[in-house]
Amino acid sequence: MEQHDRIHVELPAKPEYVSIARLTVSGVANRLGFAYDDIEDIKIAVAEACTNVVEHAYSEGGSIYLACYIYDDRIQVVVADQGKSFDIQDVESRLGPVDAQKPVGDLKEGGLGLFLISSLMDKVEINEDNGVMLVMTKYLYESGVEESVDGISSLQSEQG
Amino acid sequence: MNLTIRSEQTDNAHHIYLAGEIDAYTAPQLRESLIPLAKEKGIELTIHFNEVEYIDSTGLGVFVGVLKTTDANGSNLKLCGMSSRVRRLFSITGLDEVITIEEVKEGQS
Repeated sequence: MEQHDRIHVELPAKPEYVSIARLTVSGVANRLGFAYDDIEDIKIAVAEACTNVVEHAYSEGGSIYLACYIYDDRIQVVVADQGKSFDIQDVESRLGPVDAQKPVGDLKEGGLGLFLISSLMDKVEINEDNGVMLVMTKYLYESGVEESVDGISSLQSEQG
Repeated sequence: MNLTIRSEQTDNAHHIYLAGEIDAYTAPQLRESLIPLAKEKGIELTIHFNEVEYIDSTGLGVFVGVLKTTDANGSNLKLCGMSSRVRRLFSITGLDEVITIEEVKEGQS
């Protein structure tokens, strides 16, 4: 499907700016007509991606590159950095919810971010070239199946 | 939007009332407030989420740390008053299997 608009934001990779990324995607997703719960999911996924940049990408400051690509049936959010890459295979092998069988003392305080992203978004791709780039997609309809033209046009007519 | 933390203490119980957003920016402040309480021996630590509007994995990590600390000190941790949005993250991540969460009754916010 043809791409319509894109919104780019560059933020300092500091914890206090993660909420700006959240507010930005929230506004864009709202404009597209996403349901409240889906907007909240997108906000959390984007915040997780940005938090990863803040905590892991740079040793001496850098930027979070946030881009929202707007399509008729979906939003694609890209969060990228120009910092250190990481071992994708190692991360993927540890991806999962908390294991309730483990003793409490063995629980880890981190590592749930990527798992949450993959749970909350419809599609997630990780590219590593110059740093890490996370491409997250959420469809306007959860199945990702296109609705009838009527369904889409009536949604658009509801927007201001 | 930031996070405000209010605490009330009785004999061997601490009640912590949170309001606002728990993310990478506010989590360190939350951890600093909760860990010293969690280190006390044999207490009941109850965290009230009624006015928490947002939490992500950074916040979840804080509660994992608090749980480990209360567990190691013979204390009990209980979370209550969660909205369905906040509650959902605890269930997706499986943390509701290890942390005691008091469910909100129907009709209560």
